[in-house]
Amino acid sequence: MPIDVLMPALSPTMEQGKLAKWLKKEGDSVKSGDILAEIETDKATMEIEAVDEGVLAKILVDDGAENVAVNTPIAIIAAEGEDVASAAAGASSAPAPAAEPSAEPAPEPAAEPPPEAPPGSAPASPAIARSASAYDAGSEVPEGTEMVEQTVREALRDAMAEEMRREESVYVIGEEVAEYQGAYKVTQGLLQEFGARRVVDTPITEHGFTGLAVGSAFAGLRPIVEFMTFNFAMQAIDQIINSAAKTLYMSGGQLGCPIVFRGPNGAASRVAAQHSHDYAAWYSNVPGLKVVMPYTAADAKGLLKSAIRDPNPVIFLENEILYGQTFPVPKLDDFTVPIGKARIHRQGDDVTIVSFGIGMTYAVKAAEELAKEGIEAEVIDLRTIRPMDTETVIASVIKTGRCVAVEEGFPQSGVTAEIAMRIMEAAFDYLDAPVVRVTGKDVPMPYAANLEKLALPTVAEVVQAAKAVCYK
Amino acid sequence: MAAAARKSAGAASKPAKSGARRGPKNTPSFNKEEELHAYREMLLIRRFEEKSGQMYGMGLIGGFCHLYIGQEAVVVGMQMASKDGDQVITGYRDHGHMLVTGMDPKGVLAELTGRRGGYSRGKGGSMHMFSKEKHFYGGHGIVGAQVSLGTGLAFANRYRENGSVSLTYFGDGAANQGQVYESFNMAALWKLPVVYVIENNRYAMGTSVSRAAAQTDFSKRGLSFNIPGEQVDGMDVRAVREAGARAIEHARSGEGPFILEMLTYRYRGHSMSDPAKYRTKDEVTRMREEQDPIEQVRRRLLGEWSLAEDELKAIDGEIRKIVNEAADFATNDPEPDPSELWTDILL
Repeated sequence: MPIDVLMPALSPTMEQGKLAKWLKKEGDSVKSGDILAEIETDKATMEIEAVDEGVLAKILVDDGAENVAVNTPIAIIAAEGEDVASAAAGASSAPAPAAEPSAEPAPEPAAEPPPEAPPGSAPASPAIARSASAYDAGSEVPEGTEMVEQTVREALRDAMAEEMRREESVYVIGEEVAEYQGAYKVTQGLLQEFGARRVVDTPITEHGFTGLAVGSAFAGLRPIVEFMTFNFAMQAIDQIINSAAKTLYMSGGQLGCPIVFRGPNGAASRVAAQHSHDYAAWYSNVPGLKVVMPYTAADAKGLLKSAIRDPNPVIFLENEILYGQTFPVPKLDDFTVPIGKARIHRQGDDVTIVSFGIGMTYAVKAAEELAKEGIEAEVIDLRTIRPMDTETVIASVIKTGRCVAVEEGFPQSGVTAEIAMRIMEAAFDYLDAPVVRVTGKDVPMPYAANLEKLALPTVAEVVQAAKAVCYK
Repeated sequence: MAAAARKSAGAASKPAKSGARRGPKNTPSFNKEEELHAYREMLLIRRFEEKSGQMYGMGLIGGFCHLYIGQEAVVVGMQMASKDGDQVITGYRDHGHMLVTGMDPKGVLAELTGRRGGYSRGKGGSMHMFSKEKHFYGGHGIVGAQVSLGTGLAFANRYRENGSVSLTYFGDGAANQGQVYESFNMAALWKLPVVYVIENNRYAMGTSVSRAAAQTDFSKRGLSFNIPGEQVDGMDVRAVREAGARAIEHARSGEGPFILEMLTYRYRGHSMSDPAKYRTKDEVTRMREEQDPIEQVRRRLLGEWSLAEDELKAIDGEIRKIVNEAADFATNDPEPDPSELWTDILL
């Protein structure tokens, strides 16, 4: 079989080029690696190299020919032992390059989301959720369960300890998690119970230990990575996004990454811009991650246990101010809360207030204020940012016709912006007023006490927003 | 289909010094079977890569495509020194690493063409392929990321006490990334079973080592962490296997990490669209003619082992057949079903 030498594409965008010079002539024998010719593109002069052995039977495109289209046969090589003359003669009837049909496959309408698009992904068409139904978080705790008062800090610690007892491949890694007992005392007592093999103090080396933990998760361990604060995870965000979140997809489903990244996130108290960033919106932008941001101690415990069992990378955003707050936690041997389900924190018919994490503190207090003025707010705690429980929000908005979304993060491209968009997509006809958001101000967090207060959302702002959407 | 595109120097500058720098010359010998094995494995990579270059030229492979031609002795020698269960992880110049771990050339090439039979079902491409079964952990497109990840594989080995070693490959370019030293520190601190294989092919994309590195002897890059290192003639598969065996044994026995700097050379451009202005044609030609890793073995097979030309031809033919079959598969296998867009995002 004579072999066609085709005009090569030297870059993804090249369509044609100049055949500058032949370095072999007809009748020359060629072997793999020999340079046959030089090609000029707008960028550079390149060489064509022979891959097969044989004799250059015929040159089809002469020296100096310009605008030679990619994939045009430019020469014929007679394979070893083949008759050169008849190979060359075969030129005119040489079959079309085999690559032609499949080289540029017809573009498939791949962008169209199939009907089985995963729940929680952004709805593709308007009006998906006319019959949205709210998730009943009440079913998570059996009736009559004893409740114990616990801080968020203790609840998180218990969640880790329970999961470490349950599964040997779970380990905790981070700065000061072991001997120091946790920079915020969240990992208190874990070293004593599980030892240094499973509670691993690292050097101050976020990029490195995050990559190391992700690698160990590829190998089947289940790391819980504690960031002293999520601000420091910026050093490691490449490993979180590019390695942890994307590898399952890029491996065609072969290589999952069961890992939890957890730690305090957002504003604490007077720690200024570099230690106060809320990353909920950042991580929630990334397919391949789950993003959880609990408010109550019970949710913190139940969701962290679920996150540790989850086969995917989970970003678990805690808050330093909430660590010390006390909530009732169900006294159960194995209490879990499903990821991706919101909880109706307070029932009401007049206006829906949606928030998550520490944003809930404003929402809850605002609802109390509003009640004094005869406005009954329904407060929804999203608990999970990604995948977002749009159904529960929509069901509430269909009922109330009004919505205020609250977060401590920045307004632009924020989580509340996403909530407002989803409501518009799914329940536009049910709205009696535009959705209003209350967010952190669009400035780096200042240090001064008065300025910090001004930079954060306030209960008064939420009350005012709720009244505005109620036209009161 | 006889041609592959190769970028070459448009303008020649001063001729470079010939020959790879060599480490202490130890010429361990191979028996005939080992020579034949190395020849076959290296030739498979060479022919596979030539075919890839050719198919890129035909528009069948898109995006970025980094060929391993010239560096074959590194992965082949290291693989000969490793045991089943040892993991391999590398950067974006990864086709050779996949083939030596025993991944099917059809699946690799079909991934390069973005087809459903590719290792990542067409969703990863040249730089992102994996095989848990063959202990190949990628294929990573972010330069240096695989160094921490590979250290994590070693962490998992130690955690499980499974006796496996992580072979973590990276280039002279990646060696300047910060996370490499974060990883060195932890690997040495915790005595993790990892061998860092630095493939010094002299150029990080278009930047020569001397223009990018204050310490150009990469085997010394672990000194401040007390990680032993060694320079190895990465064009001689026997030297690679010998040094690899010692380094792997060091790691496996609980002594901690080891650094091997492989002095090697890539014949082709950094990627397919590399105008190669940063080195002379002469330099490339001289390396090919004087130090080609495959030619070295070939000469020994014909000389010391008295193989007939025909016997080698027969091997060449077999390899060509494997590669051609892979190319046929990769050309004719359908693209992924559109529904694949939405799969494998979460488990």
